[in-house]
Amino acid sequence: MSLKNKYDVIVVGAGPGGSMTAKTAAEKGLNVLLIEKRQEIGSPIRCAEGVGKKSFKKFFPVIKDEWISTKMVGVRIYSPDGTLVEISDNRAVGYILERKIFDRDLACMAADAGADVFTKTRATDLIIKDNFVKGVEGIRLGESFKVEADIVVGADGVESKVGRWAGINTTLKPKDIESGAEYLISGIPVEDLCEIYLGNDIAPAGYVWAFPKGENRANVGIGILGSKIGGKIPFDYLNEFVKKKYKNGKIIEVIYGGIPVSRPAKTFGNGIMLVGDAARFTDPITGGGITNAIESGIYAGEVAAECIKEEDTSEEGLKKYEKRWRSTIGEENDRSYLLKEFFINLPDGGLNALAHSINKIKITELSVKGLMRELIDKNPWIPAKLAKLFKKK
Amino acid sequence: MISINRYKCGYCGTCVAVCPAGAIELVGAWIEIDGESCVECNNCVKICPIGALEVSDESKK
Ligand SMILES: Cc1cc2nc3c(=O)[nH]c(=O)nc-3n(C[C@H](O)[C@H](O)[C@H](O)COP(=O)(O)OP(=O)(O)OC[C@H]3O[C@@H](n4cnc5c(N)ncnc54)[C@H](O)[C@@H]3O)c2cc1C
Ligand code: SF4
Ligand code: SF4
Repeated sequence: MSLKNKYDVIVVGAGPGGSMTAKTAAEKGLNVLLIEKRQEIGSPIRCAEGVGKKSFKKFFPVIKDEWISTKMVGVRIYSPDGTLVEISDNRAVGYILERKIFDRDLACMAADAGADVFTKTRATDLIIKDNFVKGVEGIRLGESFKVEADIVVGADGVESKVGRWAGINTTLKPKDIESGAEYLISGIPVEDLCEIYLGNDIAPAGYVWAFPKGENRANVGIGILGSKIGGKIPFDYLNEFVKKKYKNGKIIEVIYGGIPVSRPAKTFGNGIMLVGDAARFTDPITGGGITNAIESGIYAGEVAAECIKEEDTSEEGLKKYEKRWRSTIGEENDRSYLLKEFFINLPDGGLNALAHSINKIKITELSVKGLMRELIDKNPWIPAKLAKLFKKK
Repeated sequence: MISINRYKCGYCGTCVAVCPAGAIELVGAWIEIDGESCVECNNCVKICPIGALEVSDESKK
């Protein structure tokens, strides 16, 4: 099989965002090319693999067993002085995925829907004519190629260049990205709960997480806000934590990664859309980006099909992509971004006070909104401007 | 000039995201830095989770 000269849509990057774009567009009858620069989809992972059950399930009629490593029943948050806030239920509220399998399966689903999929194939630039994106230039197994398309979708992750090539500035300021490191640790006691540790000594303007993967394993990682790094690097903080907490664990895998905690970028232009991390769609407070990548990918695939049918792939035509994500991903990002700005300036005393105010309450709903409502209820010192965002409508 | 310790780098692309000059490229399991376009802001050095990047000695101060 070889690359065709022209497709309706070219998707750059086969993470969850790109594969869902390609799958959706192909199901709508478009001619789709999905390219991935890595030789293996999904590896190495750059993720702690946690997703909320409710937000994940809505995208898939069937959740395959092999996608899921662990079903988790709750989250435990530890404040700097060790006070525990637990959000849990008797049933599963979330999943820890097996992304090496999940990501690859999504790409297979795109292929099954009719998309051409090529790995070890990297986009190096866009073809731009009269201010209109017209295709992709790239390198495949050492050979340069040019392929035309009516629409190019940048699903190229945190390191995205597709937007920049089209003149959209997606550069992140250090205050808008978490720098992360993670171990897969084996041989440690774990429960089916996700743990989160807060504190300026543990993870400045970030957090340490331990997400269970099976019976005696966990993804243990850290994210630290770029603007707060100085002297010690995230890797040092992680090692300190692991030495204290998991002395007898064995480190099976090491990964690094950046997590955008910014406002979304501009996500469309003439002949171009951005999805997932490339569009900076991760949640600025949780750092979660899998479901937003999936959701934006579905929207982009749908909009591509509509605009190609209507023969308007201009910026004006593709504007409806933003309209679609604004009401869901956008609204959540608005809240979470302001919440992040509040939390990163909170000293440990403030974090402890918040934890003390709700540590006796039984919380079952796993959502930032639900947790914030409890906190706002008990802590009148939370700025009214922020509290307003979480009011019940 | 920014130098890369390739034995440390985990090709995660975090440095690429903060480079205002678009001077860094993540090529699969390999990063490249284009010294010509680098504006020596050091964002990449500070953000790298593992400390794989350094300002190298030849850099003009
Ligand atoms: C340490 C860490 C922990 C995280 N934990 C969680 C978590 O627990 N839950 C959660 O929901 N999210 C988490 N995230 C975020 C999550 O991993 C991302 O939001 C998600 O992977 C975004 O999906 P995507 O499809 O947009 O991008 P990606 O999954 O990054 O996929 C982008 C793909 O594009 C490819 N690509 C890039 N450039 C090119 C090019 N020029 N040509 C061809 N291909 C290219 C890349 O190789 C890559 O495969 C975490 C992130 C990190 C770093
Ligand atoms: S941030 Fe560090 S580990 Fe990640 S790609 Fe850049 S140099 Fe490598
Ligand atoms: S020093 Fe600044 S301009 Fe140079 S490569 Fe690093 S981030 Fe880019």
